Amino acid sequence: MLTLSLSHFLILGAILFAISVVGIFLNRKNLLVLLMAIELMLLAVNMNFVAFSHFLGDLSGQVFVFFILAVAAAESAIGLAILIVLFRNLKSIHVDDLGGLKG
Amino acid sequence: MFDNFVVPDFLPAAPEIFLAVMAMSILMIDLLVKDSRRTVTFALSILTLLGCAVIQLMTSSGEIIYTFSNMFVDDLMSDLLKLFLYMTVIVVLFYSRGYINDRPEMNKGEYYVLTLFATLGMMVMISANHFVSLYIGLELLSLSLYVMVAMNRDSVTSTEAAMKYFVLGALASGLLLYGMSMIYGATGSLEITAIAERLYGGGVNNTVLVFGLVFLVAGLAFKLGVVPFHMWIPDVYHGAPTSVTLLISTAPKLAAFAIVMRLLVNGLITMSADWQNMLIILSVLSMAIGNLAAIAQTNLKRMLAYSAISHMGFMLLGIVTGVVSGDARYALNAYSSAMFYVIAYVLMSLGTFGMILLMARAGFEADNIDDFKGLNKRSPWFAAIMMMLMFSMAGVPFFIGFFAKFSVLQAVVAAGYTWLALVAVLFSLIGAFYYLRVVKVMYFDAPEDETPIMAGTDMRWLISANGLAVAFLGLFPQVIMSLCAYALLRSL
Repeated sequence: MLTLSLSHFLILGAILFAISVVGIFLNRKNLLVLLMAIELMLLAVNMNFVAFSHFLGDLSGQVFVFFILAVAAAESAIGLAILIVLFRNLKSIHVDDLGGLKG
Repeated sequence: MFDNFVVPDFLPAAPEIFLAVMAMSILMIDLLVKDSRRTVTFALSILTLLGCAVIQLMTSSGEIIYTFSNMFVDDLMSDLLKLFLYMTVIVVLFYSRGYINDRPEMNKGEYYVLTLFATLGMMVMISANHFVSLYIGLELLSLSLYVMVAMNRDSVTSTEAAMKYFVLGALASGLLLYGMSMIYGATGSLEITAIAERLYGGGVNNTVLVFGLVFLVAGLAFKLGVVPFHMWIPDVYHGAPTSVTLLISTAPKLAAFAIVMRLLVNGLITMSADWQNMLIILSVLSMAIGNLAAIAQTNLKRMLAYSAISHMGFMLLGIVTGVVSGDARYALNAYSSAMFYVIAYVLMSLGTFGMILLMARAGFEADNIDDFKGLNKRSPWFAAIMMMLMFSMAGVPFFIGFFAKFSVLQAVVAAGYTWLALVAVLFSLIGAFYYLRVVKVMYFDAPEDETPIMAGTDMRWLISANGLAVAFLGLFPQVIMSLCAYALLRSL
């Protein structure tokens, strides 16, 4: 019977975090995928906080998770709003089309 | 179940509470105001900020007071930074007024309300003593700014800048949070002062802690905009409407300084050997890349963005040299020089972006260096103001920018990092080139566009005062310098 230790959760958190960072930097296709990567990053952090909170026996980490979840919701609302405005101007949500500002 | 609930002391947070209530009221009042009478919203916003300043002065006790279960701290450093913050935002609103009046799509009540909410976020950041309050303040600031950058929604560059700002800002928050989670795991607390105590007590897992610290510093570097986490700065400064660039380039620097002080100095000072090395690398890279890349720019906003990167790198030197290998003798000097640097930078940045706003009119942005050609022939007075600002940014004696650089260099040399001081001076000299190019263009080139400057009287007076402040505070740098030193002495 495998018992889950703190490091299992931390490794899962680190893998999720790494996937999301790679998703932001390597993704050259779709801005929506980028927003999804950002959500994933915050969830990876939440995983860390909940795991630490459980194994430390300290509730404040779990309270922080609620705050992060609430802010993440507001953040994605604003992200999608900016995406819509951008789509109206560019008629595209491809990352490669975001090339107007350079130098 | 509420037996152990203690009503917190609201007084230290009175300015924040007042601003929050007023911002929400202004949001409601603005619904009843016609577009042509937007001055009402403007006046209410200015009065709110002045009210905050009055409350701040009245409630300031000079002691370090913790409230809301130690989530919020009120000390002299926060009082002083907040007073400069109110002043900065008031000036920003005055400068922006003409610009947004000429642009109907931006002349909305939301513009003022978002500015106030961003200010509230910065105030919470400045007074944060807990990871939760720090994060909430940071997000309140960032979310307001993302929206403000995209406010000119028919402009391709603005919306593109907003998208880039949003993605990289969210990435920065993610890095910061990941670092916070690791530090929480290592120390078992989210409260900055408690973390400092536990680290002082020892017995903390150092591997987890250093791992967290790396992410924390990366997140902070993103928010400060130092190399290699600077890529959003030029695009956002360039793409955002100039009035929003003015806000982004000034007030948040004060808040960013405060959170660096809270996290690294108040919280993780026992790990200073670890974060100092990271900050030295960030700082040298920022001064190098910021100053060299600025030379190649033709857009003034973009040039100032690279200049902001180099200035933030310079400011970090003051924080690096506080406690060197356990020796805290020069800490106060070093931190107060960094604080003085930030305040001086904010003052200069207000003036330079203010000049771009002064020259702009409906349908014309004045954001290219060439738009300043022959300004001396069009308006000798404003050319002189711009020249003073550029000299001060370059660090020419005896403007305020010179003393800001001088006091940081003094701290760097006192800490024994002579090579670092030499690098900083070298890159400042390189930096002087592009500031002086603006002066050359204003005085020695023929104007391409003879339209008179159409800015309002309040704007003319305020920007003149701003330029003269840069010059006169350079003659009496001790005024602000001793304020910073006293505030930090009573806060650390």
